[in-house]
Amino acid sequence: MAERELGGGAVAPGTVLAERTEAPVTRDLLARFAAASYDSNPIHVDIDFAKASGYPDVFAHGMLIMARMVRLANDLAGGTRLRSVSTRFVSITRVGDAITSTARLARYEDGPTGRVAVVDLIAADQAGDIKLKGEATIALA
Amino acid sequence: MVDRSWIGKDLGSFVVEVAPKEVRRFVDAIGDDRPMYRDVEAARAAGLAGIPIPPTYPFSLMLDREDPFVFLRLLDIPQGKILHAEQRFEYHAPLYADEPITLTEKVADIYDKKGGALEFVVLDAEARRADGTLAVTMRRSLVVRHG
Repeated sequence: MAERELGGGAVAPGTVLAERTEAPVTRDLLARFAAASYDSNPIHVDIDFAKASGYPDVFAHGMLIMARMVRLANDLAGGTRLRSVSTRFVSITRVGDAITSTARLARYEDGPTGRVAVVDLIAADQAGDIKLKGEATIALA
Repeated sequence: MVDRSWIGKDLGSFVVEVAPKEVRRFVDAIGDDRPMYRDVEAARAAGLAGIPIPPTYPFSLMLDREDPFVFLRLLDIPQGKILHAEQRFEYHAPLYADEPITLTEKVADIYDKKGGALEFVVLDAEARRADGTLAVTMRRSLVVRHG
């Protein structure tokens, strides 16, 4: 259903195209993402290293939160029509944070390879604090 | 201070091949249940030549090497001092599991803000298919916190 929502260029800017709230971040998830993503930085899994680096605890990989946020755009793109994604990592995601990703239509425009939808992406925690702020471009089917 | 003479320098090139089970492990970790990442028939039904590499996985390709944080060592940056500031991917052609992928990376920029309290290191990378086709370009910006 989500894949139809770009509507071949007929959706109003500002429309929420997709939204998903994930289960709270756990240490187990961080360990599994570290292994699956080859990101071996101990700051995400070793509390002693995190403390020695000036943090109260480990925190989530930015790329974990980005991957889940980009999944919304990739689903809207049918898994094959994503042209670009970018994000700014605004603040750290802590263990226990339940992140909601939202995809909202920004506009349609003519790109170098045809018409695309530009989609604003946001990831925010349970308090509404923004973690990631990004953008995706999706070729229209 | 990160040595500015690194700007423009090449961080080398390497080749990786992603096994389908690595794709599965990654999509399991991020909770993506799209069948094309798990089943080659589902991928073919979507018009793809094989199991595709998920959109943000090219970042992991850059770490899938003997010394994943080689640039930290070369640029003399402590691992506990960096945070990811920005990330961008541009997709030009699909990348697939079970195919060699050639990765290259260079230092695009190094600059500071807040009177040198924050330094930014910008790395540009590209992933090419075996026939040389440019598939993904990416840019990661890292911030180094001083003090």
